[in-house]
Amino acid sequence: MEGLDGSGKSTQIHLLQKWLEVQGLKVFFSEWNSSELVKSATSKGKNRQLLTPTTFSLIHATDFADRYERQLMPLLRAGYIVLCDRYIFTAYVRDTVRGCSPAWVRGLYNFAALPDLTFFFKADLEVSLARILDGRPELKYFEAGMDLRLSTDPYQSFRIFQGRMIERYLSMTNEFRFITVDANQPIEVQQSFVRETVASRLDLGAFTRSKVRAS
Amino acid sequence: MSAARVKKNVSRQNIIPLPPRTKRSFYGDGIPGADLETLAGKLIVIEGADGSGRSTQINQLVEWLEGCGHATIQVGLKRSTLVSEELERAQTGNTLSRTTLSLFYATDFADQLENVILPSLRAGMMVLADRYIYTLMARDLVRGMDEKWLKNLYGVALVPDAVFYLNVSPEELVQRTFRKQRTLDYWESGMDVGLSRDMFDSFLKYQTLVEDQFKHLQSIYGFTIIDGHRSADAIFGELQERIGTVLSGPVKTKSGC
Repeated sequence: MEGLDGSGKSTQIHLLQKWLEVQGLKVFFSEWNSSELVKSATSKGKNRQLLTPTTFSLIHATDFADRYERQLMPLLRAGYIVLCDRYIFTAYVRDTVRGCSPAWVRGLYNFAALPDLTFFFKADLEVSLARILDGRPELKYFEAGMDLRLSTDPYQSFRIFQGRMIERYLSMTNEFRFITVDANQPIEVQQSFVRETVASRLDLGAFTRSKVRAS
Repeated sequence: MSAARVKKNVSRQNIIPLPPRTKRSFYGDGIPGADLETLAGKLIVIEGADGSGRSTQINQLVEWLEGCGHATIQVGLKRSTLVSEELERAQTGNTLSRTTLSLFYATDFADQLENVILPSLRAGMMVLADRYIYTLMARDLVRGMDEKWLKNLYGVALVPDAVFYLNVSPEELVQRTFRKQRTLDYWESGMDVGLSRDMFDSFLKYQTLVEDQFKHLQSIYGFTIIDGHRSADAIFGELQERIGTVLSGPVKTKSGC
């Protein structure tokens, strides 16, 4: 699941996970930037504003590699449906907006398998901005793209930054066969579409949890 | 002879020649937005296994270069503000898999490149690197990482002005290690690679594999292989001569600086 902050993708992935679990399927959920090992370095870098575009990119790749090698890959091998809230496309988008070379960033992540399905939650920029800016007025430095020196006003910077990211997402849509979800629609409408797509594109029966044999 | 003439002659002896400017480049795409034209200093890299005599040589080089009037600064692996502590902790627990470890080291490298190496070169300093990307690449290659992937990753690195690889045979490295400490290091013995459960065997096998990868990398990056079995003074003499060329161009100065 890919999309801007505030596009509602986390809500959708949560609802999808519930639906798959209720059916007794093997499901695992993983979030961007959540490896315990790398976390302290990432937060230090962010809090002290030590990160440059290159180290920002590398530290997120480190985080991803840790989750990929220890969780995602072994789980895929074990026949799980793995749901990722953001995947390598987030890095392609963010890092290249920050000025890293697209070929370099793609090369970093070329150890990662391409997803079977990639949903892109496309909300109007103003809708995403409103969701973020209404709920949590304090914007973090890197989140707002302040390191890019787009504007001294964090809100203005955030707007420009998000706008550039959505352009990058859109330019990758065909290449990586994103399934675009209109994220301006009601939650239920989006979820129906997501569930229908997953059901028609995956053989869900193959992911059934094996029953523990009764003794 | 006029007074002015005498004064000129005297001062000339104290003039420290400026190292010649050379064309600089990154191995690949480099650091976004970095200006290579302003890098006045020189980047000198000493590579080699633990026990190959790197620190001894670097200490002597610092004395010599500073004596000649050049400011120096040192960088090395696992010394970044950003991730050195975390990297150390992760290695102690031996919980990182190979791609993660590789990227963690690359982050450490990039942090020092941007925050120490490039600013110091811009300030006209002699940057002495106690190991550089080649050690990181050699270790990763031994662990089966893809060479193309590594080349892309380290495309961020600046091409140094000189790279010296202190080559010491694995047998001699064992002896030197035991002269300094009682135990072999887990990582320097490549215990994570699974070559042997016997640490001594594993050390020899691992160091041989690393040495092979260094020779392979040498054929690509063209660094200077220094025979590390000789005396520290003999090695230093060779380094001085080669670095002298970097500092003054092909024409040697009398002082050797």
